[in-house]
Amino acid sequence: MSALTTLDVRAVEPVATAGGVYAWTFLLIAFPALGALVLLLGGRRTDRIGHVVGTLASLASFVVAALLFVDMLGRAAEDRAVNQPLFDWLPAAGLQVSVGLLLDPLSMAFVLLITGVGTLIHVYSIGYMQHDPRRRRFFGYLNLFVAAMLLLVLADDYLVLYVGWEGVGLASYLLIGFWQHKNSAAVAAKKAFVVNRVGDMGMTLAVMAMFAVFGTTAFSGVLGGADQVSEGWLTVIGLLLLLAACGKSAQFPLQSWLLDAMEGPTPVSALIHAATMVTAGVYLIVRSGAIYAGAPLAQTAVVVVGTITLVMGAIIGCAKDDIKRVLAGSTMSQIGYMVLAAGLGPAGYAFAIFHLLTHGFFKANLFLGAGSVMHAMDDEVDMRRYGGLRRYLPLTFLTFAAGYLAIIGVPPFAGFWSKDRIIEAAFADNLLVGTCALLGAGITAFYMTRLMLMTWFSERRWKPDVHAHESPLVMTLPLLALGLLSLVGGAAMLWTAGGIVEWLEPVVGEEEHALPFPVWVLTAATLVVIVAGVALAWMRYGREQVARTAPTRVSFATTAARRDLYGDAVNEVALMRPGQRLTGSLVYADSRGLDRAVNGVAALMGGSSGLLRRVQTGFVRSYALSMLGGTVLVVVALLSVRLS
Amino acid sequence: MGTTPYLVLSALLFTVGAVGVLLRRNAIVVFMCIELMLNAANLAFVTFARLHGGLDGQVIAFFVMVVAAAEVVVGLAVIVAIFRTRRSASVDDASLLRY
Amino acid sequence: MSDFPWLSVLVAVPAVGALLVGLVPRRRGVLAKALGLAVSLLTLGLTIVVALLYRAGEGQFRLTEQYGWVERFGLYWSLGVDGVALALIALTAVVTPVVLVGGWDEAEPTGRSGKGFVFLVLVLEAMTLGAFAATDVLAFYILFEAMLVPMYLLIGSYGGPRRSYAAVKFLLYNLLGGLVMLAAVIGLYVQSATLRPDGGTFLLSELVGLPLSPQAQYWIFAGFMVAFAIKAPLWPFHSWLPDAAGEATPSTAAFLSGVMDKVGTFGMIHLCLPLFPQAARDLAPVIVTLAVVSILYGALVAIGQSDMIRLVAYASISHFGFIVLGIFALTSQGGAGATLYMVNHGLSTVALFLVVGFLVTRRGSRAIADFGGVQRPAPVLAGVLLVVALATLSLPGLATFVSEFLVLVGTFTRYPVAAVFAVLGIVLAAVYMLWMYQRVMTGPVRPTTEGMRDMRGREALALAPLLALLLVLGLYPKPLLDVINEGVAPTLSQVGVADPEPVQPATAEGASG
Repeated sequence: MSALTTLDVRAVEPVATAGGVYAWTFLLIAFPALGALVLLLGGRRTDRIGHVVGTLASLASFVVAALLFVDMLGRAAEDRAVNQPLFDWLPAAGLQVSVGLLLDPLSMAFVLLITGVGTLIHVYSIGYMQHDPRRRRFFGYLNLFVAAMLLLVLADDYLVLYVGWEGVGLASYLLIGFWQHKNSAAVAAKKAFVVNRVGDMGMTLAVMAMFAVFGTTAFSGVLGGADQVSEGWLTVIGLLLLLAACGKSAQFPLQSWLLDAMEGPTPVSALIHAATMVTAGVYLIVRSGAIYAGAPLAQTAVVVVGTITLVMGAIIGCAKDDIKRVLAGSTMSQIGYMVLAAGLGPAGYAFAIFHLLTHGFFKANLFLGAGSVMHAMDDEVDMRRYGGLRRYLPLTFLTFAAGYLAIIGVPPFAGFWSKDRIIEAAFADNLLVGTCALLGAGITAFYMTRLMLMTWFSERRWKPDVHAHESPLVMTLPLLALGLLSLVGGAAMLWTAGGIVEWLEPVVGEEEHALPFPVWVLTAATLVVIVAGVALAWMRYGREQVARTAPTRVSFATTAARRDLYGDAVNEVALMRPGQRLTGSLVYADSRGLDRAVNGVAALMGGSSGLLRRVQTGFVRSYALSMLGGTVLVVVALLSVRLS
Repeated sequence: MGTTPYLVLSALLFTVGAVGVLLRRNAIVVFMCIELMLNAANLAFVTFARLHGGLDGQVIAFFVMVVAAAEVVVGLAVIVAIFRTRRSASVDDASLLRY
Repeated sequence: MSDFPWLSVLVAVPAVGALLVGLVPRRRGVLAKALGLAVSLLTLGLTIVVALLYRAGEGQFRLTEQYGWVERFGLYWSLGVDGVALALIALTAVVTPVVLVGGWDEAEPTGRSGKGFVFLVLVLEAMTLGAFAATDVLAFYILFEAMLVPMYLLIGSYGGPRRSYAAVKFLLYNLLGGLVMLAAVIGLYVQSATLRPDGGTFLLSELVGLPLSPQAQYWIFAGFMVAFAIKAPLWPFHSWLPDAAGEATPSTAAFLSGVMDKVGTFGMIHLCLPLFPQAARDLAPVIVTLAVVSILYGALVAIGQSDMIRLVAYASISHFGFIVLGIFALTSQGGAGATLYMVNHGLSTVALFLVVGFLVTRRGSRAIADFGGVQRPAPVLAGVLLVVALATLSLPGLATFVSEFLVLVGTFTRYPVAAVFAVLGIVLAAVYMLWMYQRVMTGPVRPTTEGMRDMRGREALALAPLLALLLVLGLYPKPLLDVINEGVAPTLSQVGVADPEPVQPATAEGASG
């Protein structure tokens, strides 16, 4: 457990900020936060400059990140963790939470991804949202997202992380439902938030358990003290964190929101629901490595969840005709790979992050490419209405192809390097898990090829009034940048400056895995499976005509995949319907039972006094009689006492 | 001669008064019956004063007379007022103060 | 200067202001409102002075005053504030001007005078401030009961079509609780005869630590608790709140649920805990259970509501569950969280009632189904409702989250199972708030909501301070929490409980300062 000890040293005594460039760490968050504030409170006055302010805020953050990165590269590996305490947030007797930022190689990697890809997507959005009257607000939300996401990865305390965690959830909610006048968008936004809240329950409980166990929620205290705590507690916390990760990263069983989240504008899908936010769960698990190190059961659960999701997402991706939903299914699946790797412990953490970064490049690329296509096709998302677009959108096609080759894992594109490592590590851990990961690679190749063929090749099937055209430069430039990253990003990260694994080693540790067979065998097998997937897709969609409407007579498997493997159906039967019945009956019980009981008591009082007042007849003589009766009674009573 | 006959007379007068109050409808008659009861009580007081040889009973009888006089003044005024507005002196008609 | 009776003046200013408002001729409605607003702002200024003086002082209760009334019977006019009371006094002082501005024109449709509304609100403010500052059980009781009257008049005079039903129900239900409390107050007085040879006492300072038999503790505690549970309101004593809030005008409902009901939860932490430590310790599990039921029950019933104002009222019931849960978790975090929750809930629920009220006034209907797509014609209103809804569902970064988390974490260390159930409430809160937002604000614009006016200047003026406070207290609650901690710590030591120790305390250098 040498890796763990390294972690402890790092976690317990982060190098305090002495100044220099690290004093600017807070600026990373401050720029986009300020941007969001200006744009959201500024009102219509900022309409005209909204997109510029938003993009500049993100860019400024990226520049700071780049400076910090350069400085960090120049430091020795063990001096790369820097802590910037900001202020005391929540003092309550035993619980003392202070807000501070922790910049170490792991968060640095995320910061670069978020600000880098984030800025590209900001630029892209300038073109994509050009004709939307609420563009300023869109950029405000994007800035809000970037700020919250940076807080999430920079926090040095689980509770502060939780603030960022919910902040990105809020931004996601706002952006999914950006076109609020569409009912489907509003419903999808709410669904995303509520499902995420289920995950947040896990987060809340995990933080509470941390306080109960460690007496603090700071990374230093929790991660530093994890090796002295019983396995039971660690397992509980680990599983709760997994629940949180499942919500945010759309992992089984909380995956259902991600496909609906595609109702949002496409840049949102690229930034939030592909490149950054949905990977927060992976970050959480990797960051909490010290907890999982002492909780093998929780680790196994992570692997199982990851494996199930990677296969599920891939299967769903095969049956969708909506280009964004195919990509969403693919995102689920790819994050499944990351979660799987994160479940393997120090052996997989670096690979999980590696894949997360390359996925950030190529999936953002693919989504933006899809956005460019939609831009050209009057917001049509049905791939059965595309076809032959490569001649009309050549630039987009080129970048999209780079993303495609990256995601299916063709060397030397980015995805090859990272996915291959995960499959290796999975085989080293467990043969079944490895096989699933391998199978997933094949299915990925199948559905992505299907998407490629239906969109870019085959004959044109558009509506007659659509005029396909290439997107403006402001949209294609980010695409080119991301296309380039999809091509070389993986190799660059693996081979330059010691490589990503060595870079992350001080934070996540390292562990050699032993494969039961030579590495080249596995690489070859992976490539064979990928080729098989591509070939199968070509036979189905390349050789044969693509129907303009989805065939209705399909196998059970296809129906199931079209319906998201019945995720929503299960939710509805297991949760929504009983929930509705429960609330319905409670409302009924409240008004007819409890409230009626209260009113009943009042009515009883009122009724009995109503009866009693009948005595007041208004006839003087009857009053006189009752007086006489009373007197007689008293006299009789007196006499009986006197005489007895 | 003992005091018993006076007490019997007092009881009789009181009973007559009480029955009158309970049975008669005319307010004036009811009123007079009340007077009858008061005076029956007065008779009993005076009789007991005589019996015990003290003056207390006689003093109280005077108080009762004063109160009765005041009552007559107020009571008759009320009856006259009611009679003026309702053209009736029946106590059963004046039942507005019921529930 | 330290002898100046600041607290008495604080209570007297709104009371005198109310009288002055009463003297304004009926026709000069605007003058009455302006005068009322000025008085409430003056009160706010005095509150700031009191807060500063508090920070400069020492001891549990500060700025104490005591004047004999009928000293032979132990009756005094005795005031003093601890951290908890100061937080709630500040809440009252902030909310009153907001309510006055928010309800500026509310009296008009009823044809009644705006003057009466201002008068009653100021009277209520004076009584509420008095109740928070009282360190004498009888004075607290009298104010606790007396404040029902102006609220009864507010509901009954300015409310909706079923206002008299709601007002009577409110009054009777709360009087019932008050009656039980009166018995408990008398019982306490009788028991306190052991302290003084010539009769009992009502002074809190003398009653704390009063030796009581367990039997007496249980009964008297229960007497107080029933009254506070009705006022708070805690399940199953809650059914008056949806009716009262539903029929009252939005600003009245805001004051009712935002400030006045806090007197109930304040009473729990201020009287029930220190006076009856053993009963509090022994009966805490029962009350914690009721609180958890309140949280889930209120939230579930809120989900099923079709009436916006009733939905908000049930949400409040759920939140009061959190407050009570925090109080009876008997931990520092729970107590501090509960007190902070009272303040934050006051801010968020007042804002929510007002925003929803603005919507209801515009549309002339409280049914959620009558809205839809309002976000298009009224984007600012929609944005404000969203922020307030997020505050209600305790989004991290907003003030309510801090308090809710503290309550939960404080509960978890002592009653993990209760905390786990209570956490379900955060999911349900998201469901009822966002579902309402979705149905009211989003979707296509409907003919009925087409020309809806956006937020006006006066409305924005009323809400801006609340939103700003919700945000600031979410990011930097430390100053307020420090004050509250000072109030909660002595209370918990009077109860005689210590926080549970962490299973595995962090190493010295690991604990961040």
